[in-house]
Amino acid sequence: MQMSREEVAHVAWLARLALSEAELERYAGQLSGILSHIVQLQELDVTDIAPTAMAVEAGGNVVRADVPTASAPQDEVLANAADIEDGSFRVRAILEESA
Amino acid sequence: MSEMYELTIEQAAIALRVGAISSVELTQAVLDRLAATEPAVAAFIEPTPEVALAGAAAADARLRAGDAPLLCGIPGALKDLIATRGIQTTAGSQMLKGYRPIYDAHVTQRLIDAGYVLVGKTNLDEFAMGSSTETSSYQTTRNPFCPDCVPGGSSGGSAACVAAGSAFFSLGTDTGGSIRQPASLCGVVGMKPTYGRVSRWGVIAMASSLDQVGPFARTVKDCAAVLECLAGRDERDATSSSRAVPSYREACGRDIAGLKLGVPREYFIDGMEPAVEQSIRAAVAQLEGLGATAVEISLPHTSYALPTYYIIMPCEVSANLARFDGIRYGVPQPGETMWEAYAKTRGAGFGAEVKRRIMLGTYALSAGYHDAYYVRAQKVRTLIKQDFDQAFEQVDAIVCPASPTTAFPFGAKMDDPIQMYLSDVFTLAASLAGLPGLVVPCGFDAASKPIGLQLIAPHWREETLFQVAHAFEQSTSWSQPQNRHRLRVGQGGAQ
Repeated sequence: MQMSREEVAHVAWLARLALSEAELERYAGQLSGILSHIVQLQELDVTDIAPTAMAVEAGGNVVRADVPTASAPQDEVLANAADIEDGSFRVRAILEESA
Repeated sequence: MSEMYELTIEQAAIALRVGAISSVELTQAVLDRLAATEPAVAAFIEPTPEVALAGAAAADARLRAGDAPLLCGIPGALKDLIATRGIQTTAGSQMLKGYRPIYDAHVTQRLIDAGYVLVGKTNLDEFAMGSSTETSSYQTTRNPFCPDCVPGGSSGGSAACVAAGSAFFSLGTDTGGSIRQPASLCGVVGMKPTYGRVSRWGVIAMASSLDQVGPFARTVKDCAAVLECLAGRDERDATSSSRAVPSYREACGRDIAGLKLGVPREYFIDGMEPAVEQSIRAAVAQLEGLGATAVEISLPHTSYALPTYYIIMPCEVSANLARFDGIRYGVPQPGETMWEAYAKTRGAGFGAEVKRRIMLGTYALSAGYHDAYYVRAQKVRTLIKQDFDQAFEQVDAIVCPASPTTAFPFGAKMDDPIQMYLSDVFTLAASLAGLPGLVVPCGFDAASKPIGLQLIAPHWREETLFQVAHAFEQSTSWSQPQNRHRLRVGQGGAQ
């Protein structure tokens, strides 16, 4: 199972990870090695086997009472952010103006 | 005569109640021990002596009032993955350097309600991803029994501080073995409860269908006392169970005569150190001597646990760690566009192993691969779970090694991810099946490095684990308190 440098770069983009050239090279080799190990799952016959998402039965839907409670204070919520303005998180524009 | 920091929780609790010692004295003794051992061990990302002494003074007032819970005034430590209000919580990552949560995790709140004393936040593999604590971006934690070797991981700091005597107990988290493997390598008791026994609320998520919080302690009964405090329903974690929490301490001391123990043949593999196999075989014989019956069993899909885990876990990791964008918290990096800023923030903030797992999970979940990897792994997870279901029709608990080796030297496995992943080969299957597991010391190798025995029980049968482990511990001399002379840190203090 070989992963090319281009595939690694594509996955890094999907994961929003800026990687150096050296990292792309290294991960191509390492991820290929891990995938070669994982491929042994293809040996098993899993016809008619149901997938397990959670190994312990949760016992159906769990809902809490719909009762309003106090929210965290705004100044505390903002305290760990690097960039705040007028009581808000400041972020970059996500839409660009068309020319 | 033991030093104060060497007492068991039970002994300390009695001394506190008869007024022989105060929590402030007890806490100061632990902080002195921490100061003596920490230069060598480096178990703590941030010790919290001021918080500890203030907590101890409050605990003393409560003890005087006379209605204090067992853990009142007892110094403990938390893995730095567990949120502590106003106290830095880093997950071992530069991404969260300086992050101060605005709330306490549910488990933190339970310990606060019990009056515990926080001595510090312990080192871990970055975001709990690793088996040696070497992927921490802060420091290298050393094994107190062998300072040239790793403490195991990812909860290496939590295991090492309890072994060294700089906390009476600690909390760790276990996703694929991160409590049990370091407990084995550091010669302490560590237990992963049934998935859903303890709330995960406020614990920085790694793989949400696997993560579970659990205690480390120096004796089985101390470990039971801490789990009693943690276990139970929390409505903020929908997977936490409302089943009644039994007295785990009462399970300690129950006779094990007549119990049936399964020894899985797949857990004795090539590449296992001979000293480990000998100690595990001797432990099984010891348990038979105490009246239990040991039978060989088979868990036929054991060898598929590692590849199954290394699909399911990274997929969940890639989703859980998507939240770290440097905006609401974390350390942001500038970029020309929003997407570039995100990618640079994440590229700079995460270390190599975290990035490797995010990439693996993102790949396995990407278009065209989802069914071939993720869904297939979930189906194999069912087969692994069925192995245990069938075994528990025959036996009350499973007895096996916790790790194929004792503590290994720094750097030995850092360049080869698969070799590092194999360090958890005996703990992954029980994690995938959501089962409780406990590790109790069962010997030392020729270099005086600890070996741990792993016990696995059916869902919600933590009592059986404590019952068997306590009987074993009481009939042998492998526990930390009986092997302090083997510690290779903190000498020069009281011996």
